[in-house]
Amino acid sequence: MSAVTTQAAPTPGASGPASGPPDGGSALRHMMSGNGMVTVLAIVLSLVISAVLIILTNEDVMEAAGYFFARPQDTLVAAWEAVAAAYAALFRGAVFNYRAEDVTGMVYPFMESLTLSTPLIIISLGIAISFRSGLFNIGGQGQMIFGAMFATFFGVHLQLPVGLHLLLVLVMGILGGALWGSIVGVLKAATGAHEVILTIMLNYVAVNLVAYLLQTPVLQREGSTNPVSEFLEPTAVFPPLLGDSFRLNWGFVVAILATVFAWWLIRRSTTGFQLRAVGANPAAARTAGVSVKRMYVVAMVISGGLAGLAGMSQVSGTEKVLNTDVAGSFGFDAITVALLGRSNPVGVFFAGLLFGALRAGGVTMQTETGVPIDIVLIIQSLIVLFIAAPPLVRTIFRLPRPGALQARTTADPVTQPALAGAAAATTTSAGGTAPAAESAVVGDAVGVAAGDAVSPADPESPAGAGAPAGAPRDTPDAGPPPGGRPTASPTQPTTGEEGEQR
Amino acid sequence: MSTTVTVPSGSGASSATGSAEQPRREVVRHWTTPVTFAVLTVVSLLVFALGASGDSATFRISTEADAVRIPDLVAPTVPVGWAITALLAALTVWGLLAVRRRGTVPGWGSAAFAVLFVAGFLVWVVGAANTTTVFLTGLVAGAFVLAVPLIFGSMAGVLSERAGVVNIAIEGQLLAGAFTAAVTGSVTGSVWAGLLAAVVAGVLVSALLAVFSIRYLVNQVIVGVVLNVLVTGLTSFLFSTLLSSDSSRFNSPPHFSSIRIPVLADIPVIGPIFFDQTVLGYGMYLIVAALYVGLFHTKWGLRVRAVGEHPKAADTVGINVNRTRYVNVLLAGAIAGMGGAFFTLVSSSSFSKEMTAGQGFIALAAVIFGRWNPIGAFFAALLFGFATNMQFVLAILGTPVPSQFMAMLPYLVTILVVAGLVGRSRGPAAAGTPYVKE
Repeated sequence: MSAVTTQAAPTPGASGPASGPPDGGSALRHMMSGNGMVTVLAIVLSLVISAVLIILTNEDVMEAAGYFFARPQDTLVAAWEAVAAAYAALFRGAVFNYRAEDVTGMVYPFMESLTLSTPLIIISLGIAISFRSGLFNIGGQGQMIFGAMFATFFGVHLQLPVGLHLLLVLVMGILGGALWGSIVGVLKAATGAHEVILTIMLNYVAVNLVAYLLQTPVLQREGSTNPVSEFLEPTAVFPPLLGDSFRLNWGFVVAILATVFAWWLIRRSTTGFQLRAVGANPAAARTAGVSVKRMYVVAMVISGGLAGLAGMSQVSGTEKVLNTDVAGSFGFDAITVALLGRSNPVGVFFAGLLFGALRAGGVTMQTETGVPIDIVLIIQSLIVLFIAAPPLVRTIFRLPRPGALQARTTADPVTQPALAGAAAATTTSAGGTAPAAESAVVGDAVGVAAGDAVSPADPESPAGAGAPAGAPRDTPDAGPPPGGRPTASPTQPTTGEEGEQR
Repeated sequence: MSTTVTVPSGSGASSATGSAEQPRREVVRHWTTPVTFAVLTVVSLLVFALGASGDSATFRISTEADAVRIPDLVAPTVPVGWAITALLAALTVWGLLAVRRRGTVPGWGSAAFAVLFVAGFLVWVVGAANTTTVFLTGLVAGAFVLAVPLIFGSMAGVLSERAGVVNIAIEGQLLAGAFTAAVTGSVTGSVWAGLLAAVVAGVLVSALLAVFSIRYLVNQVIVGVVLNVLVTGLTSFLFSTLLSSDSSRFNSPPHFSSIRIPVLADIPVIGPIFFDQTVLGYGMYLIVAALYVGLFHTKWGLRVRAVGEHPKAADTVGINVNRTRYVNVLLAGAIAGMGGAFFTLVSSSSFSKEMTAGQGFIALAAVIFGRWNPIGAFFAALLFGFATNMQFVLAILGTPVPSQFMAMLPYLVTILVVAGLVGRSRGPAAAGTPYVKE
């Protein structure tokens, strides 16, 4: 599908290096120029830049720098200590606390990372699906609030047997988010209004609506003057997954199931195929008989539903009450997670884990070393930025340029066809007239997309199956394993790329 | 694959069903606008006319101190409610006829409808409030003040998108401008140094946007979103470390004082709006005017728009597409940086975390709402300012409407306008697609 993007906006990557000889087969060279390497280096680079910030704002370092020319080693030692302390705390808070007394204390941070990443993964899956459909859903926040609101209402006011109650609350959470998302889809389909505006505006509406409802008997806790709901009934909350010593609950299993569902939807279902077709090229999809307007609604319903589920997992999982801050910054974090995961469900899952871990570790880092948690935002955004521009990372680390094997120097992997489609959809929705560049690839797009869907040699399935076992803990790189690449690419030098990147 | 595929131009009614014959020439009728008119007229009938409470709403226009005094406007709620409903109904009928005849409702028709509706709303809501007198000049002037950063931001959006680069990073540019203006202003003690630093910061954020989207061909929306996060993280991080450690040194910026133009500033209503502003306020009017003239009445503007609409054609006639884009995106950053400076050098006393609070996104909405036209975006931003200020003013008056619903108002209005009155917004055709010379 990204072949479509590449063709719609011809890049040097598509034409330039293709003339070069195929790679001789040096495994090292292949590894160094590959996608996974870029991901790892992007993370390293982000940590390095953040380390510079930590050094520059550290008081000890600045004090030592005052007499830098007299004793330069003082400054360097102070700088090293500041960074080492901060990142060690980040690690202890996110992955493994080697200072803890017992096993529970040691693995607690990792469980906390999983807990924090649960809603993030679910909402990011929703955002990713909207991206694949060519819709830029910034409304995750509002949809999440609606899901949480619905879940809370039914979780507080109903008395139902164990199991049934939780299921109902879960369904209601999905319904709430789907409802809020569907408004965007319907308005876009019916009037052609721009979904970016609609979702931003609906976020504010939802924020105010939940603030209002939390001051009325509908949701407010009886006798309370604060905007906070009753605690959810014990039958409406997720039971703990690994005992009471961890906050980790069955919501995480729901997140895994949601990932599987999203993977199935995008890769295996007819609806998903149509969604991707619309995302890749609305004009072509229309020509091929897909109802673009219907797909906009479907995409927003699914996307909103997942965001609603995230809201539900928040109130039924960790919070157990609803307050005005239930969605926090999840809506925007989800966008970066979806981008980092390349809008691919398995990738999103691991990207969500990484961001959840950074979040958990950031708290520890702030309390133990005083480095503000805001540094996590910097790390996250830098990672996405660098991964989006592989040529930049390669230039910085002087990596070999990938040869004809990966004709991808400029076709950055994060740049989803969906997003290219979003931009195109914005302009084409005007009067249904497709730009010349798009109609040129109409036939191609459908062909490529079709091949994409039915291809049994789907590079994602081995990744999906192999990654949990093979990938290190927090590696967000859920892209195809390096082994998958050489088999896929040489046969189809240009169009095969779509198989890799999807 | 063929390059001559004719995509059936699906009008609102006929959804495309394959088989493209020769393109038919027919009037495409957009019914959304008159339908929205009809819905709003019903709202007006139910709320403003039938739901009118209280006797009258008083709008004060001039204060005792003014040289020229205009008597207060007293609007009896019930008759005004009915009159406005009648006018809205007439406009709706006219709109339906206009669509039947010509396919669309002229823009001024929508504008007139909006103004009437807002007037009806004001009379209704003020009439129902505890205090039924409102200072109209203050309401409008306050709206202008609140709209200043939005207008700067939307001008940045217009300039950048007209050249074909989607600018989601307005929020980041505003925030970076606000932060550096506060810090530089505090350290140097000079407002002008603060303003200059804000411009530089805006340009830096823009430079990242430009380099990543033009040089590295990264999707522009992605770069924009990520830059917003990056700037939020950076400013919050530095705020928590640097600024809060010594706020008197780093975070107590000097402020621009307003420059009152004698005589002209005494004109009722428009005097304080146009002739009693800070340097940034005057600069804003200049920039809006300059952008409008520049984009639509100069050779430069024609080239910029060509680059945004059809870069290949522009390249063919010898315009350097990517250089034009670089220049425009950087200029846009400078403008947004100034808007950011407004936060810390005019409206608030100091910088605080995430102080732009989503205004960059509202500015983005204003760009689309204003149809990528500086004047349109200007008025769209004003509408936001007005709705926000109305919320503040009405909270003081004590209205029966819960404050949260008043807070929702600007956003609901936008949804309504975007979905109903503006409809299919068509931006510069090449916005979002990088240009690579073949």
